[in-house]
Amino acid sequence: MESATNNRERQSFFLNMGPQHPSTHGVLRLLLEMDGEYVLEPEPVLGYSHRIQEKMGESRSWAGFMPNTGRLDYLSALIYNHGYVGLIERMAGIEVPPRAEYIRVITSELNRISSHLLWLGAFLLDLGAFTPILYTFDDREQILDILEHVTGARLTYSYFRVGGVCSDVDQRFLEATRAFVGRLRGRFPIYEKLVTTNIIFIKRVKDIARFTPDMALRYGATGPILRGTGINYDIRRNEPYSVYPELEFDIPVGETGDCMDVYLVRVREMEQSLRIIEQALERLPEGPFRVKVPRRLKLPRGDASFSVETARGELTYYLVSDGSDVPYRLKVRSPSFSNLSLLPELCRNVLLSDLVMALGTIDPVIPEIDR
Amino acid sequence: MTATEPAGFLPPELIRLAVTSLIVMGFVFFNSILLGYLERKLAGWFQRRPGPMEVGPQGLLQLIVDGVKLVGKQIIIPREAAKPLFLLAPLLAFMPVGIAFIVVPFSNRLQVRDLDVGLLFIVAIMSFNVMAILIAGWGSNNKYSLFGAIRAVAQNIAYEIPMLLSLLAVVLMANTLSMRGLVLAQGRLWNMIVQPVAFLIYFIAGLAETHRAPFDLPEAESELTAGFHTEFSGMAFSFFFLAEYTHMFFVASIAVVVFLGGWSGPPLPWIDYTGIVWFMLKVYALLFIMIWIRWTYPRVRFDQLLNFCWQYLIPFALVNLLVTAVVVKL
Amino acid sequence: MREYFSLLYTGAKSLLVGLGVTFRALLQPVVTVQYPRQRIDITPNFRGHTELVRDPETGSHRCIVCMMCEKDCPSGCITVKGETREGVKGKVLTAYQLDFTKCSLCGACVEVCPTSALCYSREYALAGFTAGEFRYDLLARLEETG
Repeated sequence: MESATNNRERQSFFLNMGPQHPSTHGVLRLLLEMDGEYVLEPEPVLGYSHRIQEKMGESRSWAGFMPNTGRLDYLSALIYNHGYVGLIERMAGIEVPPRAEYIRVITSELNRISSHLLWLGAFLLDLGAFTPILYTFDDREQILDILEHVTGARLTYSYFRVGGVCSDVDQRFLEATRAFVGRLRGRFPIYEKLVTTNIIFIKRVKDIARFTPDMALRYGATGPILRGTGINYDIRRNEPYSVYPELEFDIPVGETGDCMDVYLVRVREMEQSLRIIEQALERLPEGPFRVKVPRRLKLPRGDASFSVETARGELTYYLVSDGSDVPYRLKVRSPSFSNLSLLPELCRNVLLSDLVMALGTIDPVIPEIDR
Repeated sequence: MTATEPAGFLPPELIRLAVTSLIVMGFVFFNSILLGYLERKLAGWFQRRPGPMEVGPQGLLQLIVDGVKLVGKQIIIPREAAKPLFLLAPLLAFMPVGIAFIVVPFSNRLQVRDLDVGLLFIVAIMSFNVMAILIAGWGSNNKYSLFGAIRAVAQNIAYEIPMLLSLLAVVLMANTLSMRGLVLAQGRLWNMIVQPVAFLIYFIAGLAETHRAPFDLPEAESELTAGFHTEFSGMAFSFFFLAEYTHMFFVASIAVVVFLGGWSGPPLPWIDYTGIVWFMLKVYALLFIMIWIRWTYPRVRFDQLLNFCWQYLIPFALVNLLVTAVVVKL
Repeated sequence: MREYFSLLYTGAKSLLVGLGVTFRALLQPVVTVQYPRQRIDITPNFRGHTELVRDPETGSHRCIVCMMCEKDCPSGCITVKGETREGVKGKVLTAYQLDFTKCSLCGACVEVCPTSALCYSREYALAGFTAGEFRYDLLARLEETG
């Protein structure tokens, strides 16, 4: 759609979707140059949630940084844990027992599902439907209860340790997870009927704000956005880690790259995560859940990186070690930062409602952008 | 004016009008509060949660306590706001709708005053709402409020047309504009069955007129942080809040009178006065559907809203009117 | 023209189906719990703030004041004070202060303790008016529950 003014001097005003706004998914400030109801160009202003996490990485020991990883992206905290311990294990050459690897995969996938459920509810809340968020939170409660029984926490987990996991899983966890998998499969038709086939929803989301593969590659967008444009790239498949090579699952890929495709990619990812959990539960081996690692672990000099697939995209930890027991430099490449930088190009000349919807599709979590 | 009236120069008809108007206003006010409570409870049950539970048994006193709280709050007027407009807007939102209940027939004998052009009077009053919102949005000196106000104006003006056209179809059939006449002309066969298309169009247009979801863009919470009433607090906000529920009640009452046969129903003792029971039951059934719709659907985008009105509602309403005119003539 | 009507039909059908979903939810019981009138049993693995464990044999705590928890804590919220006493082997704990306003519940202190002197409590309903209420003296708490 063309904006109303055709002359060279644009009659525009600035609207500030400030850091406190019901639908900016955190403390994100968007400076919108607007012409009537059309947004000419949005400009994200970041930094409202900066907590010097990377600097803290330089002053804490290897094990001491674990709680920080959980707080970078609080919705996929276990996956962030996984990236960090995977990195240290890679640098130190530590072999993780298979039982621990399977436990890590099961809990990470549960975390991914809970993050996607929250995204689904919040996305629909941005669109104005007030009920689906409560249904998704009802499902999410089951996951949180399961993970609370295993890790002791409900949101910011600090459960993985270098060499394994912190505590073992018991029979109650296995039964609860199996029951949950069955229950969630039965809930998907509800979301299908209430949301995915709803004509109002389809009109709001389909063919709006098209992500192109070229755009995604230029900005380094990863995760469901990249897969929505049609590029089949998932760290779990392309740079496999942990026991993902032994598990069978599909990578959902979109076709046209509009917001409907990204939405469907995320919903199908939830279904695939359920598949992964089922297979991992069956293959869960007996054995130790943790290997002994020296308390003050000294890593060899050098650098290494480790990538994992979080609910939002590719997360990379990059570490430079100078031989002591505290990192020299820890760099976190968070997926939401690259995903959000798509927004100015994506949302030129769209309506304000579409901007809110596109922002919801990108699904940023601001604390991991600002770190 | 009778000169033999011992009470002085007040004619009895005027006293009757005044007293019954006050009773009706009070009744409407009470119903709005009840509707607010009902909405919150139903919203809770749709979302698998109990809704208000703390204040009073099952939270019955919740809205009253909310009202007391809102009265006690300070009305903060933004610095650059146009003060007279700012303070006028809530009153303008609330009062006219209350006045329009004068012509609504609650039962055979329970009507304050039956105007010959009752329906026209009602439709005229309905457009006051737009003015109130525009004044509120402009007077707040806030870009978000202005957004909400502009959207509200466009939405209301657009949706008044299908509303009028659907009502016009019924008027063609009943040959009268008076509210009482419309009810009596229906007899046993309610207009909902004879004119289903008109009823549906009126209902959808009514949802849009009162800014109820899925058409609640003027106060789109997730985009505009409360839209045109962002800057209002305290009693001013509670006026808008009550005005929305009163308006809902109003639209539902008109729908019941015009399409659902008013007070007609299975016989009751003193049906002339107790017809109000059937009236209220029907009104609350419609209100339940309105609440049900609100808590199910996402919001429609602004241009899609206008497209829907111009591309779907108005053609269907015009065709309906045409068909009605042809059938009536035959 | 055909598209116009087919869109109208599928749209109306999808709207009615959506209404059916919420109506079914209306008839189902509520899933929320009216806290604080009803409470849910929380799992025994819940991580509340740390507590000193009372050894059933000695009737007292197991802390040997090795200071490992204080050194390993990434947030620096533990302060352990001990002294040597006449006739007692090793150090005696005089104060164990946990600043819960800084604790991130990572569990490093519980894991590193050589005598397993720490455990997690299961307190979740913590509320106070000042920050000082969350600076716990774990030794005093242990003696209170004595």
